[in-house]
Amino acid sequence: MSLSTAQDARKPQPAHPAALLSIREVVKLFGKRQVLRGISLDVAAGEFLTILGESGSGKTTLLRLIAGFEQLDRGEIWMAGERLDPMPPHRRPVNTVFQSYALFPHLTVFENVAYGLRARRTPKAEIPAAVAKALDMVKMRDFAQSAPARLSGGQQQRVALARALVNRPRVLLLDEPLSALDANLRRQMQTELKSLQREVGITFIFVTHDQEEAMALSDRIALLRAGYLEQVAGPREIYGRPSTAYVAQFIGQTNLLHVEISDGIARSGAVSWRSLESPGKLVYSLRPESIRLLLPGFSTSLSDLTTARFRGRIHNQTFGGAMDVLEIDCGNSQMLRARIPSPGPVSGEREFEFNISDAVRVCEGTDD
Amino acid sequence: MYTRAYKSAVAIPPLLWVTVFLLVPYAILFCYSFWSVSSLQVIIHNWNLQNYVQLVRNPIYASVLFRSMRIAASVTMLSLLLGYPLAYYLSFHAAKRKDLLYQLVIIPLWASYLVRGYAWKTILGSDGVLNGFLQYLHITNQPVEFFLYSPFAVVLTLTHIYTPFTFLPIFASLEHVPRNLIEASHDLGASPWSTFRRVVLPLSLPGILAGATFAFVLTLGDFLAPLLVGGASGIMISNIVVSLFGAAYNWPLGAAISLCMLLLVVGLLMLTERIEKRLALS
Repeated sequence: MSLSTAQDARKPQPAHPAALLSIREVVKLFGKRQVLRGISLDVAAGEFLTILGESGSGKTTLLRLIAGFEQLDRGEIWMAGERLDPMPPHRRPVNTVFQSYALFPHLTVFENVAYGLRARRTPKAEIPAAVAKALDMVKMRDFAQSAPARLSGGQQQRVALARALVNRPRVLLLDEPLSALDANLRRQMQTELKSLQREVGITFIFVTHDQEEAMALSDRIALLRAGYLEQVAGPREIYGRPSTAYVAQFIGQTNLLHVEISDGIARSGAVSWRSLESPGKLVYSLRPESIRLLLPGFSTSLSDLTTARFRGRIHNQTFGGAMDVLEIDCGNSQMLRARIPSPGPVSGEREFEFNISDAVRVCEGTDD
Repeated sequence: MYTRAYKSAVAIPPLLWVTVFLLVPYAILFCYSFWSVSSLQVIIHNWNLQNYVQLVRNPIYASVLFRSMRIAASVTMLSLLLGYPLAYYLSFHAAKRKDLLYQLVIIPLWASYLVRGYAWKTILGSDGVLNGFLQYLHITNQPVEFFLYSPFAVVLTLTHIYTPFTFLPIFASLEHVPRNLIEASHDLGASPWSTFRRVVLPLSLPGILAGATFAFVLTLGDFLAPLLVGGASGIMISNIVVSLFGAAYNWPLGAAISLCMLLLVVGLLMLTERIEKRLALS
């Protein structure tokens, strides 16, 4: 009886029928330090998933486990009903775009792109056309005979992409591929990367520490913090409904309100609103753009069931073109940040309001 | 940026050194090679090509030169075959033992050349360690003579001495192979062997070339190992030069052979440099 259960456990059992890649309770140790502490994550076919996290959060390690450059200590990785984690890297149907591109310096651009095709014994006659097509895709065909060292960073980046995509991997892994590029090129490459992914329909797993990049590119974001998955959700949801204080602070900017609820009123310093929550202490995240500046003598018709008002002194105003950032001193060292359409210079004590529904309850988590 | 005085202060000493200790001696050697020796063993400053004619006419010189080149080629091959795997293992798989093993490879370089030569003499000699061992095991019942005083003994000794010289440049070039290229190769579906053949080996070629040049050039000019363990059949071209400058007192002929050797080695160095440049370009 017990024997048969043990065997059953080893059979392929896709956790999620639609999942192409399934990461199950993966633990990775470096010495005694747990770099990944039981990660479970399903990735659907054709998805653009971003693994987002600070340096040291374990995001690159997770990517390297999928590629096969590191061995996991516990857990399993499955791909399309096949166990991936015992396979050596050269047998896995995944390809990687490396942070430093890792182009072969002794080979031309053409030979770099052809490398994977030759390694997997593609018929010789098919190689030139496949390479040309891949180079066309990244607009690098004119450079086929160049040495990688003669290309700019952005061009090397494109060749690295072509070199990976020409193999038609089930999953493409990208390890901070844009981090070495300057801001403008980076934005341009983001757009190209996104449209390229739509065009080829390959699943992308993209690692970055840049939350704006993550939001611009991804179908879903997996936010990793110190080896744990903090939240996995679409960009709009993760921004609008952060599950923890950490997520709220990491993705965009926010005001964290430590709220005490009693007698149907939620109160945090100068800010208060009506609440149906049961009495206790909670944490809310309020995005700076949710706060509005009220014009003097102008009263809104909105009821205080849906909006909250507070007064505060303008401590600092930073001009930002379309939007200004105001730092509002609400007294008792409570400082709130508001992002509002440029109102011209403002100062002194003013009245502000926000929609109660914009204050999102978050788990406090462990604060460092 | 730098003053003229500074530039001259930096440039003149090495230039002076090269002139006084290299160019002038070579020039003297060049002159000697066109002079001759009288029967009374006096140098006659009479310009002619007699020495070079003799080098071509007397087959002994060509045969010893070819033997020297054969020995140099064997030593080069053997020290590459020993040095490359060693360097590869150290660079890629030795992990924590790397520093220790590296020191162990380097330490023999601290021991005197002569000591190592004599060590081989005691190992290979007729009552040496090797023969004693073979007789102890009753594999042979009398000393094997050809171990010592043969080209084989010269090749063995020189391989031992020059393997660290091939190891070092190969190790350096392997250490410079970016590790993410190896990951990239595996990632693209290449097996470990294919990765070695298509990434590691081509990128370490400059090291192989440098190591091979060291071994070949140093062996070709060696005269101590043949003197210690070579015997009559293991004589190399430098031994002839030594004897011509010494007991035979025929400096002009010695100078002529030296110049030929010099041209050979310089030609070889130019060739490897060209190959290296071509490798760097592609």
